[in-house]
Amino acid sequence: MTSSDPPPAGQVPAQRTRQGARAVQARGAIPWPLGIPALLAALFLLVPLAGLLVRAPWRGLPHLLADSQVLDALRLSLVCASAATAASLVFGVPLAWVLARSQARGISVLRALVTLPLVLPPVVGGVALLLAFGRQGILGRLLDEWTGVTLPFTTAGVIIAETFVAMPFLVITVEGAFRAADRGYEEAAATLGASRLTVFRTVTIPLIAPSLLAGAVLCWARALGEFGATITFAGNFPGRTQTMPLAVYVALESDPEAAVALSLVLLVVSIAVLAGLRDRWLSTGTTP
Amino acid sequence: MRPRPSDAPLSGGHHEGTDPERSADDHAGALVMSGTVERGSFNLEADLIAAPGEVLGVLGPNGAGKTTLLRALSGLDALSSGSIRLGDLTLDDAHTDTFVPAQRRPIGLVFQDYRLFPHLNVRDNVAYAPRVQGAGRRQARAAADTWLQRLDLTALATRRPHEISGGQAQKVALARALAAEPRLLLLDEPLSALDAKTRLDVRAQLRSHIDQFTGPVLIITHDPLEAMIMADRLLVIENGRVVQQGTPAQVARQPATQYVARLVGLNLYTGTLDPATRRVHLDDGGVFTVTLGDDDLAPSQGAALTSRRVLVGLRPSAITVHTAIPTHASPRNVWQGTVASLELLADRVRIQVDATPPALVDVSSAAVADLALRPGTGVWLSAKATETEAYAYPGTDRKF
Repeated sequence: MTSSDPPPAGQVPAQRTRQGARAVQARGAIPWPLGIPALLAALFLLVPLAGLLVRAPWRGLPHLLADSQVLDALRLSLVCASAATAASLVFGVPLAWVLARSQARGISVLRALVTLPLVLPPVVGGVALLLAFGRQGILGRLLDEWTGVTLPFTTAGVIIAETFVAMPFLVITVEGAFRAADRGYEEAAATLGASRLTVFRTVTIPLIAPSLLAGAVLCWARALGEFGATITFAGNFPGRTQTMPLAVYVALESDPEAAVALSLVLLVVSIAVLAGLRDRWLSTGTTP
Repeated sequence: MRPRPSDAPLSGGHHEGTDPERSADDHAGALVMSGTVERGSFNLEADLIAAPGEVLGVLGPNGAGKTTLLRALSGLDALSSGSIRLGDLTLDDAHTDTFVPAQRRPIGLVFQDYRLFPHLNVRDNVAYAPRVQGAGRRQARAAADTWLQRLDLTALATRRPHEISGGQAQKVALARALAAEPRLLLLDEPLSALDAKTRLDVRAQLRSHIDQFTGPVLIITHDPLEAMIMADRLLVIENGRVVQQGTPAQVARQPATQYVARLVGLNLYTGTLDPATRRVHLDDGGVFTVTLGDDDLAPSQGAALTSRRVLVGLRPSAITVHTAIPTHASPRNVWQGTVASLELLADRVRIQVDATPPALVDVSSAAVADLALRPGTGVWLSAKATETEAYAYPGTDRKF
């Protein structure tokens, strides 16, 4: 934009202004029918978070968070979300591979069905889980008869509810990566003597590692925030099935200050996840 | 076949020690393929043999079926009929429903785009085959180091594939394929991803490396120069069919198709030979008096003088351009046409002449000036009968 010849002294201010306007034109000014809704949307998303920070009982915070029930809920949330993510990795990654690679008929129907929990209201998921794994459920009854194990209203039930809701996030992310992965490397591995399972382990998985990580984090974050399916299928027993979101909801009625404090903890965890992913995932997506 | 260095063969030694049932001869097996491959609507039909130590160049335009052939040989696709054998191994036989998948074929494949694993460094790429075939990590790395040393890549061992040049990547891909100790080596367009300057260096090095390989080598390429320099024998594929086999010299002298003729810079005509008069009636019109390039075309005593289909090859430099009808005593082919275009080559001008038959003619730039040749100029062309060589279709004569 700047010219190499110094302009005559009298014209300098006028030229600056014109150049400023030209710069805006060149970059493209934001038309107001887009700019105003965009601003409102950003405010709508940010103001509640600001409210949380403004109204937080900062002074009493250490005392509130030291409460054993809060710590129990936090520990339970972290353990269950991590377990749900582990279960999703063990079962969901093979499922994603089958969905991406199988030529079998009906695979597209299967894909639609297994990703249904993405759009299904979580409470409905919880009801469905009760009907399947509840004491009178189709599988739950057999499980009870054969082993005496019942899943609803247990910590295992929390993990099952969270896995049900969160696994599709991992499956859909990783399936896309399996589809997009260059099959040429897998062919090269095969010509070097690797079996299909070895190819999967030594070539395919390392190639999609960034997507795998992103999918796992999405899955973990979704499991951490799970509410509807958990409370329906596992109930709300402090120390056993009461996770952070449930504790927040309960505290809001009895002790609003504690609810705000708990929310603050979840907000910090979410921000930590975003910050951790920033380099590897939220940026342009270069492979590490 | 070229003479081989007797010491330190690049392959074969390992197997002999581990499997006493097999003799060394089994490992030095020839590749014998005869069959068809279907890929969608495309259909490749190929018969080929490559002897141990022989470098067979598979030459053809894009879409001719080279990649299809490569995929069938390496086990990435199956034959729809026929069989592929390598020494005593049957790799694919549609008749007996035998199919050995890629991971169990003793075949090394160097891909056109190398396909080095981006998440492994150079050493671990080369160690990949020994590793997945059951060697321990240390053992596999030691094997890889041996190959890196042989191919002069040791300095790059800890680099990632994106940190090395195209020529280096090509060598790493070769080392990786050889580390699997294959009995057949397939190279897909080995030099096409390299720039012109690197290509010369890599070509010379590649040739010396594959010279040490004891099994058959197939080099797939669309570049005739590459094929002629690297290969002992050529196989020309067009439209899914083998149209010609022979030594590079044979193929260059007597091309079977327009594609090869254009590649080697030859005018090629098809026609019908009358052996008695040595005149060929060309399919595109016109009649040439020719020299018989093949002995078996000459009318022998007592043989019937039947007309037969032939190819006529005529070098662009063997044609003379005149602006008036030439008068000569010696037997010549003379025909009339119009200059269509002129192209300046390194040391001469190549003229495309619209005529019956059309021709490419090479003349000196002085001649262009003397004769005032420009597009549209009417000219007479002449070629000595001794320069106009007729030969039988080489593609139909498949001698192995």
